[in-house]
Amino acid sequence: MSTLAEVPPTSKTKREVIERAVIRFAGDSGDGMQITGSQFTNTVALYGNDIATFPDYPAEIRAPAGTIPGVSGFQLHFSSNEVFTPGDAIDALIAMNPAALKVNVGDLKANGILIVNSDSFKESDLRKAQMTVSPLEDHSLDKYRVFPVELQRMTRAALQHLGIDAKAMDRCKNFFALGMCYWLYNRSTDPTMRWIGEKFAKKPLLMEANKLALKAGYSYCEATEAFQITYEIPPAQLTPGLYRNVSGNQALAMGFVTAAQKSGLHLFLGSYPITPASDILHELSQYKNFGVFTFQAEDEIAAITSAIGASYAGSLAITTTSGPGMALKTEALGLAVATEIPLVICDIQRGGPSTGLPTKTEQADLLQALFGRNSEAPIPVLAAATPGDCFWIALEASRIALKYMIPVIVLSDGYLANGAEPWRIPKVEDIPAIPVKFAKDPVGFLPYRRDPQTLARPWALPGTPGLEHRIGGLEKQDGTGNVNYEPLNHENMVRIRAAKVAAVVQDIPNVLPEGDPSGDLLVVSWGSTAGSITAAVKAARARGCRIGHLHLRYLNPLPGNVGEILKRYKKVLVPELNMGQLLWVLRAKYLVDAVGLNKIQGRPFKQAELEQKFDEMLGIQGNHR
Amino acid sequence: MTTATLPQLTKKDFQTDQEVRWCPGCGDYAILSAVQSVFPELGIRRENFVVVSGIGCSSRFPYYMNTYGFHSIHGRAPAVATGVKIANPELEVWVATGDGDALAIGGNHTIHMLRRNVGIKVLLFNNRIYGLTKGQYSPTSEFHKMTKSTPYGSPDRPFNPVSLAIGSEATFVARSVDVFQAHLKDTLKHAAAHKGSAFIEILQNCNIFNDGAWFSLTEKDVRSEHVLQLEHGKPLVFGKNREKGIRRKADGDIEVVQLGNGITENDLVVHDAHHPRPSYAFLLSHMEHRPGFPTPIGVFRAWDDLPRYEDVMKDQLQEVISKRGPGDLNKLLRAGDIWEVK
Repeated sequence: MSTLAEVPPTSKTKREVIERAVIRFAGDSGDGMQITGSQFTNTVALYGNDIATFPDYPAEIRAPAGTIPGVSGFQLHFSSNEVFTPGDAIDALIAMNPAALKVNVGDLKANGILIVNSDSFKESDLRKAQMTVSPLEDHSLDKYRVFPVELQRMTRAALQHLGIDAKAMDRCKNFFALGMCYWLYNRSTDPTMRWIGEKFAKKPLLMEANKLALKAGYSYCEATEAFQITYEIPPAQLTPGLYRNVSGNQALAMGFVTAAQKSGLHLFLGSYPITPASDILHELSQYKNFGVFTFQAEDEIAAITSAIGASYAGSLAITTTSGPGMALKTEALGLAVATEIPLVICDIQRGGPSTGLPTKTEQADLLQALFGRNSEAPIPVLAAATPGDCFWIALEASRIALKYMIPVIVLSDGYLANGAEPWRIPKVEDIPAIPVKFAKDPVGFLPYRRDPQTLARPWALPGTPGLEHRIGGLEKQDGTGNVNYEPLNHENMVRIRAAKVAAVVQDIPNVLPEGDPSGDLLVVSWGSTAGSITAAVKAARARGCRIGHLHLRYLNPLPGNVGEILKRYKKVLVPELNMGQLLWVLRAKYLVDAVGLNKIQGRPFKQAELEQKFDEMLGIQGNHR
Repeated sequence: MTTATLPQLTKKDFQTDQEVRWCPGCGDYAILSAVQSVFPELGIRRENFVVVSGIGCSSRFPYYMNTYGFHSIHGRAPAVATGVKIANPELEVWVATGDGDALAIGGNHTIHMLRRNVGIKVLLFNNRIYGLTKGQYSPTSEFHKMTKSTPYGSPDRPFNPVSLAIGSEATFVARSVDVFQAHLKDTLKHAAAHKGSAFIEILQNCNIFNDGAWFSLTEKDVRSEHVLQLEHGKPLVFGKNREKGIRRKADGDIEVVQLGNGITENDLVVHDAHHPRPSYAFLLSHMEHRPGFPTPIGVFRAWDDLPRYEDVMKDQLQEVISKRGPGDLNKLLRAGDIWEVK
């Protein structure tokens, strides 16, 4: 954890080397905090730090300016060591207005750095944040290192000569703040300068304004020695290779393009805009030169049914959505199960039920993914662990769908979708091909004649002479695919469809727990909690606890050795951002007396919350930190 | 899809070995027969036909067509078919659907498929009732209709499927009748020749739950009084002795006039199915609701100057490829700022 040493009063700026820092940019949703955060992230990642980010923004595009509901935040944890979470408490907070300060200051560490835009603490600003007294004056911030900066006035002063209006000048003040942060953490402004150059290539005046604001913020610190101390976080020792920053949604999109290329198929995405999944549609719509068709359908149902049609006609077909959209796709999922066609469905989970918390993260769609269909309609379910893992999960889901002729569900969530991490770029030639075989020969062809190993039926594309056949949602006779209502045939088909999903287990790796291979406590996780649980387990083991961590990327079927691993530990804990859904599955399937740690606040776990629960289960008393 | 080496196909080639399970006397048999007769004449290979359906009596259609077929879920056939068409524009995709399937549960997909002008032919079997669920009213049932679910009469105003299709700016809209075999086949051929979306409402009799729904249009003694057969370039004439016609009024509206007494066919509206704007066709589609007006059948609108959706999609793909070159995965993965850790 970062060590913010006592700063002796001196006029000379001191540079201190630290291991890690957590910084949060917070402001109005119109203040450009997400861009500011992303730019800072990009810069430190390029420098070689390991990172994890947590963008946290409201569902409203522009809630009334300056109000509490309008606060948008972007948190970044960067380090010269491994990073697994965006960090619990923050070392530096940039607050653009009183509302942002009010919402976020509670997470700031004592003696933490607090940069506030003092121009936005007028009486009217305070009123919008439901404050009566300025926190800059009432000593309530005394335990922090407060830096009130007239961001608005100084940005305007820097841009005055450009002849743009005040509103346009004010929109650049986030870059003034960003410039200050670069100075504070000894980072170059070059990557952001380059980005501004590209972003505003067609608007030279705005390009100039943003560049000037960034420069002005940096120079302001230099000239005024605003901070007596600056920080240096050396590059992290990551696995050698070529790296880039990637968010979960970007990684999913690239994963599917890669899967299409590796299988030699066109990629077809049927999708309907929904937060936080829409970025996958945005990304893929740019990749048309990869033979990608993106179909923005009239609704969620058309999104999946068009994908089913495209799959029937020979595309690698996918559909992307979030929980409420997933609910709408339910009947069509059953159709994909019955017709046994390859399809990948991505559910980027968010808080629910109903519209719920559109921009907040949750893991509460697991049981929906596993069971949310009428009758017996099993579907393999995979879940990504990190933003970068989304790439591999997309490939793996595509592979299983094509090999087994089956729909496959991918679970991600808002945290992975928008969060970013450095991602080691794979070599394309190292990624194995995905073999696809279309039926061609009419001799002995039956639409439901199965491969003995995978139970997959043949993929016979319309347009193939002699293979004309009919498929559909009515129960059919195995082999011929003719409509069939006989009792024993139905039971046979139900069992075959289940066996087919179960057969996927032969194709997925056994899992190994991280940490202690046996011991007092096993922590089981799935999805985006991987990072915080990894960090917490590492910390607890460093304190001498005997803990293992089992992370599951395959939720259906579960890897073959999960039952055996559960037995190696005295206690089993399943932390989830839901009411205990994997817990329910594990208890039911393995008769294990596992317990849950459940958080349903639209936010990821904090490391401290996890460690506290570990200690409770291990009988460790008192606060270890 | 060259026709040069096309094998000679017959009606028999399009029949399956599956037992047809519609009620004896159902209008669907006539429609099946007409489609099976027309398909061999279209110069299209059998393997290139795909028949997609939703749920309902009409939606069993694919099982009886020896082509590729997809019996999907209730209302979703246009969306499934759109996916098929985008994935492979070479395929000849027909949708079989009903008034409940296409206009109630699937209304959204129907209008969106039509506005996009996806190159799909839609056969809407309109019997003004739910048959497979045994007799509830449908979106085309008459106001006050007594059905199993409306014992005191339906409170709903019905859709006019042709008006709805024209309102969605469909580029081909026609109406035919199950028992008018020659007219039906002719209409199917017109639809087949259309490149964009083709929508055909087929008035169909459900002899179990709504017998006689169209008798006023189909019974020999009355039909000429009530049916106006649309023919491109011909005046709008109807009546037993072709003694009545449709004339434009000064305000743009239309009226029924008796021929004779100085009024000749020259005074009547001449049918223009190829008009680029849909308002004229809409006016025609609406006349049957007015007292004294006939019900038009035939091609209301056939304006084929709009590119097909699947071609727009494909062309866009080609355009991007020619501009940016075929996608390079290594470049894609390395896009943006990258750095090396040694």
